[in-house]
Amino acid sequence: MAHDQSYKDRKFEVVGNRFKRPDGVEKVTGKARYGADTFAPGQLVGRILRSPHAHAKIKKINTAKAEKLPGVKAIITSKDLPDLTNGDIGLQNILENCMARGRALYDGHAVAAVAAVDEQTARKALKLIEVEYKVLPHVTDVDEAMKPDAPLLHDWIFTSGVDPKPTKPSNIAGRTEMGNGDVEAGFKDADVIVEKSFKTGQTHQGYIEPHACLASVNPDGSAELWVTTQGHFSFRNTCAALLGLDFAALKTTSSEIGGGFGGKTHVWGEPVALALSRKANRPVKLVMNRDEVFRATGPTSSTSIDVKIGAKKNGTITAASAELRYQGGAFPGPWAMLGCMTGFACYDIKNMKAVGWDVVVNRPKSTAYRAPSAPMAAFAIESTMDMVAKEIGMDSVDFRLKNVAREGTRAPYGPIYGPIGIEPTLEAVRDHPHMKAKLKKNQARGVACGFWFNIGGQTCTDLNIGTDGTVNLTVGTVDVGGARASLAMIAAEELGVPYDRVRVNIGDSASLGHNDTTEGSRGTFSSGMATIFAARDAIDVMKERAAKMWDIPVEDIVWENGVARATGKKHGNLPTLSLKEIAAKSHNTGGPIAGHNEITADGAGNGFASHICDVEVDPETGAARVVRYTVVQDAGKAIHLDYVEGQFQGAAAQGIGWALNEEYIYGEDGRLQNAGFLDYRIPVCSDLPFIDTKILEIPNPNHPYGIRGVGETSIVPPLAAVSNAIANAVGVRMTQVPMSPQRVLAALDDLDNAS
Amino acid sequence: MRYESPTTIKEVVGLLKKERGKAFVLAGGTDLLVGMKLGMIEPDLLVDIKHIPAMRTVKTSKTGFRIGAAVSCAELGEHKAMKKAWPGVVEAANLIGSDQVQGRCTVVGNLCNASPAADSVPALIAAGAKAVIVGADGRRTIAVENIATGPGKTCLKKGEVIEAITLPNQTKTSGDAYLRFTPRTEMDIAVVGVGINLTLEKGLVSKARVVLGAVAPTAITVPEAAEALIGTKVDKKALENLAAACSAACRPIDDKRGSAEYRTRIAGVMAVRAAKIAFKRAGSAA
Repeated sequence: MAHDQSYKDRKFEVVGNRFKRPDGVEKVTGKARYGADTFAPGQLVGRILRSPHAHAKIKKINTAKAEKLPGVKAIITSKDLPDLTNGDIGLQNILENCMARGRALYDGHAVAAVAAVDEQTARKALKLIEVEYKVLPHVTDVDEAMKPDAPLLHDWIFTSGVDPKPTKPSNIAGRTEMGNGDVEAGFKDADVIVEKSFKTGQTHQGYIEPHACLASVNPDGSAELWVTTQGHFSFRNTCAALLGLDFAALKTTSSEIGGGFGGKTHVWGEPVALALSRKANRPVKLVMNRDEVFRATGPTSSTSIDVKIGAKKNGTITAASAELRYQGGAFPGPWAMLGCMTGFACYDIKNMKAVGWDVVVNRPKSTAYRAPSAPMAAFAIESTMDMVAKEIGMDSVDFRLKNVAREGTRAPYGPIYGPIGIEPTLEAVRDHPHMKAKLKKNQARGVACGFWFNIGGQTCTDLNIGTDGTVNLTVGTVDVGGARASLAMIAAEELGVPYDRVRVNIGDSASLGHNDTTEGSRGTFSSGMATIFAARDAIDVMKERAAKMWDIPVEDIVWENGVARATGKKHGNLPTLSLKEIAAKSHNTGGPIAGHNEITADGAGNGFASHICDVEVDPETGAARVVRYTVVQDAGKAIHLDYVEGQFQGAAAQGIGWALNEEYIYGEDGRLQNAGFLDYRIPVCSDLPFIDTKILEIPNPNHPYGIRGVGETSIVPPLAAVSNAIANAVGVRMTQVPMSPQRVLAALDDLDNAS
Repeated sequence: MRYESPTTIKEVVGLLKKERGKAFVLAGGTDLLVGMKLGMIEPDLLVDIKHIPAMRTVKTSKTGFRIGAAVSCAELGEHKAMKKAWPGVVEAANLIGSDQVQGRCTVVGNLCNASPAADSVPALIAAGAKAVIVGADGRRTIAVENIATGPGKTCLKKGEVIEAITLPNQTKTSGDAYLRFTPRTEMDIAVVGVGINLTLEKGLVSKARVVLGAVAPTAITVPEAAEALIGTKVDKKALENLAAACSAACRPIDDKRGSAEYRTRIAGVMAVRAAKIAFKRAGSAA
């Protein structure tokens, strides 16, 4: 059934409040079942043997000794995962990333795996597997990898997007260019031009729950996978394709998820667990340790970015250009392209050009991390924006407002913006009391903006009404950030029942049609839309049932505030029929009452945020500490206020960690030196101030409630907000992230030496 | 792997002496269990000392304090007399890990783990702490600075275990302090740690102990740094000399936690800050 997805202004009863989370009790009492929390009869323990080398040819793998160890039930190598990808390069890369095929491409790359009766035996078996390596030269730095004489990762990468196509392979997978106008002419018109180069370190999503799954494959080709994931449908499809299973035969269930932030949009050990189970003919549980999570699962790119911005003295930007180099780990990705698309998206710039270079290096395969690629581009560009504002003597917020993108502005990646929130967020920042708050010694304030697309995508949802009048909503988008509470509110709003009448369940891959992964801040936007439509379907059914109960035409019935009401003089005396009353009689009026919706949810509204950051810098140690922080972001329509604020706060916290201390540190040998939370420093509670939030609501015209995704955007501004604050505090412009104490102190020294 | 939880120190010594494989003493386990989970430590025998009553208490006597080897750092933090006498030692113990870690970890464990960056060790050495070692041949007491011989290495012989740490009474005109530098506020390892213990006479520093952590293979006592303070009111010049002496004594490594250059410089910065606190404490106690 076709439904109207356009926004309609309305008064909400349930939406826009703060209700108790439906998953709260189970989580705080430890009963919630995460990836490692399920068990199958006869299950084995799976463990993976990983390369200690950054780059090596695998000459020989001898598993004979390990196989003889009592308790070992299966050992696999790439031979047990034959290539069924039919030339699909994306799938081939996933397959090779799951298990090295002749070459180890990074420290931590899987080379073999074991299934054994217990953990100790599995570990012992790993030590008995003999791998003969020929160590090859490696490269882990994005700029080094682009050099003509850099060690080559793949002989099949010929840079795309350059004309003529190269005849020699390189580590540069692709070049992207986008923009508008004539930047050369624009720079000629500028009164002031600032050019700067920046680098950002590689960060990991840092989810607390490691990757974990329980896989069981039967000899008849049927299989089950229980897994912590952001998208069990895409996991099913990928795993089934790699193992040669039918999609319908691989029932995949998503567990509770202990954080994903993009890192659980991609399969890592799951195909290995399935292959082990297939070989052992027993269920296999595979749980990574933290070391494996860091070494072998999706961090985001490290980058190297050059920015040039020119402006008139009145603040008008005449031209802006950027060259962005992103490494995707050992396999090509779209990361630099995403940097190009997002970097200048907050502004209306007449002449703009962004060139991106996607590069491969000997590091783990990159994957999405919350607004993937946008924070690095924003770090470089928003830092440069502040430098230009300073050069022309303009307030940095006013300078941004002078060039701000509005409805009708063409986005850097093509489309014309609809109603967007960047200008309102900047105005809210300008007028916020935080901006006038006094600062202490060694403290200063910085501001920065951020953009994220947000996406919609394929969604399939069921709504079932029980005979007691309670409601089960089954969705296929994994709840990574409070979607169950928000969707229950939306269903309750539509049906006109209290929030606690609705229970939301995440359906497994066998119980719903395909749902795209929960990524791109799509969960509440897309499943929210599908929920509204499924509820409206159910209301139509209930109106038909009421018509039967009253024996009047259905056209004479309206649904209002949770009840069916007969309209017109003829039926004026009929009392209303509530959802509960209609449900109680459903067995006599046509059976169960349900609503269903399948949709490709188009029209996700862009997300924009502006942040205010106060830092205090210790000039003797270089340590910078965030002492006050405010997030202003457009939510379109905030469904559950706590969760929306929580997303803003969580995103800002991750951005601050990235800005100050988080970074993959590789040794000369190409091995990761800090594969643990002790030395990969995500912020702890006491490192952060309370992060204040302000929700703006500029309705998305393409959603019945006006919803925009809110999960990602606010990780984009913090890197530059912190950097701009540091620059204002101690007068040094940090060009490398993280801005660790050591780096800030070195920059302060350089400043002293220069003056 | 066997797990034993004896109730007397004699049994502990017997078990450790007899074991032919790899034997480890388990107190808080905040280093040992982490190593085991990572597969870096694979013990054959674990001897849990938390069930020995004498190891679980802090005793005060005329001569000072005796901290049992299984007293958690959180318990130490709640011991009023210790906090009053040796605030620097208690602060150091309460910088290890986080609140949760401190609920388990012990200063003796911190000492025996022999990390150059151990927080409690410089403070203990500055305070003149001694370790009571028990082995098959009986007891011996040695200065804390002689326990660690290198990263991860101690002078303990097979079958020996540290039973307690002893600290003298603090004099009325003395004060100690410990400061460390870490990028994070908690759950971090010192880039540099500085323990300082000062005694005043007529307002001037008469005795000083300055000990640095994380800048050499073991915590190091820096007599030149102490000299810089003795005879002064910890004035600007004395502090400059202190910083210079501390930096000069550093022999750090370059690693993921900090460059040698950075550690060397921050040692001076932290020493100055710690000296000011210790001086204030010594003066206010007088």
